Amino acid sequence: MSEIKLMQGNEACVAGAIHAGMRFYSGYPITPSTEIAELSAELLPKHGGKFIQMEDEIAGIAAALGASLTGIKSMTATSGPGFSLKQENIGYGIMAEIPIVIVDVQRSGPSTGMPTSPSQSDIMQARWGTHGDHSIIALYPASVKEIYTTTIRAFNLSEKYRTPVILLMDEIIGHMREKIDLEELKDIEIYDRKKPTVPPDKYLAYKVSENDVVPEMAAFGEGYRYNVTGLVHDETGFPSGNEVVADKLLKRLINKIENNKDDIVTYEEYMLDDADYAIVSFGAISRSSKVAVNELRELGIKIGMFRPITIWPSPEKQLSELSKKVKKIYVVELNAGQYLLEVQRIVSGQCKIGKYGKINGEIITPQEIVSFIEEDIYA
Amino acid sequence: MPSELITNYFRTETLPHIWCPGCGNGIVTRAIVKAIDNLNISKDDVCIVSGIGCSSRAAGYLDFNTLHTTHGRALAFATGVKLANPKLHVIVITGDGDSSAIGGNHLIHAARRNIDLTTVVFNNSIYGMTGGQYSPTTPTGDKATTAPFGNIDPNFDLCELANAAGATYVARGTVYAVNILEKVIQEGILNKGFSFIEAVTTCPTYYGRKNKKGSAVDMIQYLKENGVMYSAWQKMSDEKKIGKFPIGKLYSKERKEYTEQYQMLIDSLGKERN
Ligand SMILES: Cc1ncc(C[n+]2csc(CCOP(=O)(O)OP(=O)(O)O)c2C)c(N)n1
Ligand code: SF4
Ligand SMILES: [Mg+2]
Repeated sequence: MSEIKLMQGNEACVAGAIHAGMRFYSGYPITPSTEIAELSAELLPKHGGKFIQMEDEIAGIAAALGASLTGIKSMTATSGPGFSLKQENIGYGIMAEIPIVIVDVQRSGPSTGMPTSPSQSDIMQARWGTHGDHSIIALYPASVKEIYTTTIRAFNLSEKYRTPVILLMDEIIGHMREKIDLEELKDIEIYDRKKPTVPPDKYLAYKVSENDVVPEMAAFGEGYRYNVTGLVHDETGFPSGNEVVADKLLKRLINKIENNKDDIVTYEEYMLDDADYAIVSFGAISRSSKVAVNELRELGIKIGMFRPITIWPSPEKQLSELSKKVKKIYVVELNAGQYLLEVQRIVSGQCKIGKYGKINGEIITPQEIVSFIEEDIYA
Repeated sequence: MPSELITNYFRTETLPHIWCPGCGNGIVTRAIVKAIDNLNISKDDVCIVSGIGCSSRAAGYLDFNTLHTTHGRALAFATGVKLANPKLHVIVITGDGDSSAIGGNHLIHAARRNIDLTTVVFNNSIYGMTGGQYSPTTPTGDKATTAPFGNIDPNFDLCELANAAGATYVARGTVYAVNILEKVIQEGILNKGFSFIEAVTTCPTYYGRKNKKGSAVDMIQYLKENGVMYSAWQKMSDEKKIGKFPIGKLYSKERKEYTEQYQMLIDSLGKERN
């Protein structure tokens, strides 16, 4: 039996989160993410979960982190200015290894910018918004159905790697309605954080066993009393100023993500087998890019598209391979050129790179991409 | 031999602590532990949440579920802990700057919600950790590294602030009047709602030195001479009140508690479904 629904992207995010086991949401309203808060307020108490509207975005992420420490899967959602406010505590979540999901339905900026206009301009904020050396996981879905599945994946990865996971969304898909068959999605696997396998007196909260990448995580109130801090800490969780301890901890936090890219990185390849040219594009704009690929093919240009779904850590291996195969890569993104920098770094001269971006609050249409690439190739 | 209170409730392997000789923070921390001990609450059921500052370092030394967060945000983290697991006794340890400058917004909103948290502010009238800058509780005219000519900012009365914002138990103690401090913390923990305790403490290193307040002992002597029990305070003339401050329980009131209200909401929706 199918259970087909017409769902908005923001709605699919909440439905996916509840499917993944989210039972706590705390946040502060902001366009265009507000529906995520509104729907969480309605659905969570019906599922025995909790919703709280905090006094600002900083409190929103702080409460979600606190709730997660009691063993409850937690989420917060925001947009542009609110995402900026959350940055310090994203770093806290990274350092203290607390699983949470942070949704950023992007809007144009800087500052209040154009609150209701679409934009993909938080790509670099997602990567480097919080201070200090760190790695981060950020996912970027491109359809309502994919928002549902990717939200689940965001929770799974946050639990598995004990780290905040950022879900980047586009205003266009957040507010767009598409068909989604929930019956077909009901068996998606759910991952829960590993609980301690030792008794409380043997438990070291930040000790990683040999064949693991993260420590086992006890919930507050279960009898495992331990310390959580944003300071550099040793295996007990107590602050340390020792350079050996600092080096070991910070490298582990980076490597648990960077060394597991094969597990974390997902992407879509479209018509790349025989391609001479490739578009790199993500989220809503990848849909324009896909149509552009079809039209350019009709014009006789052998082109395809590479779409990172995991934006961070970037699909480095795959993009590098691609750059050895094609003559030119076009990075098409709704900003002034952010992921472009990452693609340039990876490609590092192995093929040419072109860019197409826009920052006036309008989306990028397939026609624009077609004319830009056609002109570029035949110029 | 360390006292039983220390072996039972402190992570002794983390000691000695980072505080200066003569700092009042140890006295306040001990009062919190004594209050918990008096109430016989299981250590597993206590969660201590702190912010950033000298005072907030207390959390790490204590053998409970301890959460040392970011500057000013302890109450926001604590709100998440308490709402997600209302069975925990959540006690917030914070400084005057942590709770009333950068964290002032969280303070008024936690009080407004009347969420069942017990907040103990270690008020030393200064930013200790960063080396002696003025805080919202530095008395007007006093000196700090960022007020070399004397502070022109008016200062907060934190208890009045918490009461006005909706806290259902408000009290003040000092590092001299330790028995009172213990007692009000204990009452604060028992109060089902937002409890606010201002623990007036001493920072001889910065506040004391900048303002020529003498030794740590002199500073405690000052607290002895000027902290007046609230019952006596109420009978004093305005003239006599100058330079003095009330201690003990100041306010209490009945209001609905936040996490209980939320649970009632969940239960009513569950009934609707059944
Ligand atoms: C976001 C942020 N801003 C500033 C600081 C620097 N800082 C650390 S502690 C502190 C003041 C602490 O004063 P108080 O809360 O009174 O605690 P005390 O050290 O006096 O106990 C400041 C400004 C910080 N850690 N984080
Ligand atoms: S600086 Fe002041 S508050 Fe901080 S430990 Fe020293 S005496 Fe205590
Ligand atoms: Mg202080």
